[in-house]
Amino acid sequence: MSDMPGTLDRRRAVKVLLAERRDLLVVTGLGSPAYDVFDAGDHDGNFYLWGAMGGAALVGLGLALAQPARPVVVVTGDGEQIMGAGGLMTVAVARPGNLTIVVLDNGHYGETGMQRSHSGLGVRLDRVAQACGIEDAVEIADEAGLAAYRPTLLVTSGGPRFVRVRIASGHVERALPPRDGVFLKHRMRGHLGFAVT
Amino acid sequence: MTVSPPDAAGEAGTEWPLAVYRALREAGVTQASYVPDAGHARLIRALHDDAEVRTTVLTTEEEGIALAAGAWLGGARSVLLMQSSGVGNCINMLSLPATCRVPFLTLVTMRGEWAEFNPWQIPMGRGTSAALETMGVTLLRLERPEEAAEVVAAAASIAFDGDQQVAVLISQRMLGRKKWVEGK
Repeated sequence: MSDMPGTLDRRRAVKVLLAERRDLLVVTGLGSPAYDVFDAGDHDGNFYLWGAMGGAALVGLGLALAQPARPVVVVTGDGEQIMGAGGLMTVAVARPGNLTIVVLDNGHYGETGMQRSHSGLGVRLDRVAQACGIEDAVEIADEAGLAAYRPTLLVTSGGPRFVRVRIASGHVERALPPRDGVFLKHRMRGHLGFAVT
Repeated sequence: MTVSPPDAAGEAGTEWPLAVYRALREAGVTQASYVPDAGHARLIRALHDDAEVRTTVLTTEEEGIALAAGAWLGGARSVLLMQSSGVGNCINMLSLPATCRVPFLTLVTMRGEWAEFNPWQIPMGRGTSAALETMGVTLLRLERPEEAAEVVAAAASIAFDGDQQVAVLISQRMLGRKKWVEGK
């Protein structure tokens, strides 16, 4: 079952997850997950990475530790998380109650020609996360499951959590968010009440 | 009394990690991440003992750069502690603070530059400065224990007030005044 290709439309999946986001802060990994989050609705509380591959979960960790009263979600892809696989251990031992890592898993490197990733070759990222110490690691393969999980993203205790979302690997048109890092930094900090000095 | 009080330099020679700790706290640092190094051991203990500081142990050094960027987005100041061998792991991740002009402060204990007994430490020790400078990181050297507080305070100011990426390279000659952990 789990080895079958995912069927969820990635854009639809992220829209469902981020509906009613309230005070949620979102950090994306580079590539398609950034486009998905942007397409679901740009927001001052979104920070899009366009590089720093392997770093998304750790950016989320730093933000979550600095803002313990705000829920933080990292939305990234399987290839990006695999590059930063050790970071799952770091997140686990840091125990940020307000952090959830969502991996949109199509088993492929979508930006570079759809080469199969380790996930596509059999590595189960939810099990990796669990073995790293993130006990609350689940797999979601349908829209009802995403809708049922959505309120959990807003909980600021009980984390860290890990969600492997099994998405389809078909082509999706790009939707490009702002890529000026200084702008994105000031926008997030302004959203959190820090003035530009 | 037959025991003389330690002179200032002698005291600084052993107490510098605490001077570094105080300088970091006075600069408003509330997050610290590290891949351990014997030269950082005392500072790491001091940071762990401070309930106001969130300490995070990393699996590899570049995680600390991403962590520091996230901390800054959330309004917190972070420091990364590592050994020179870890600098090579950081190269691409340094694009993140450079592109976003996010303050970044790291304290690097040097290996491979002074009376090094392990040949495997020498290539990265030799390349540490160039690797950091290639990515636009400003370098300050800490060579004398009595200057520890001043150098770290200056580095923190360049980083957090000047919006720059800054590394303090702590010389192996200075670290060598302290006994390495037994067996290492």
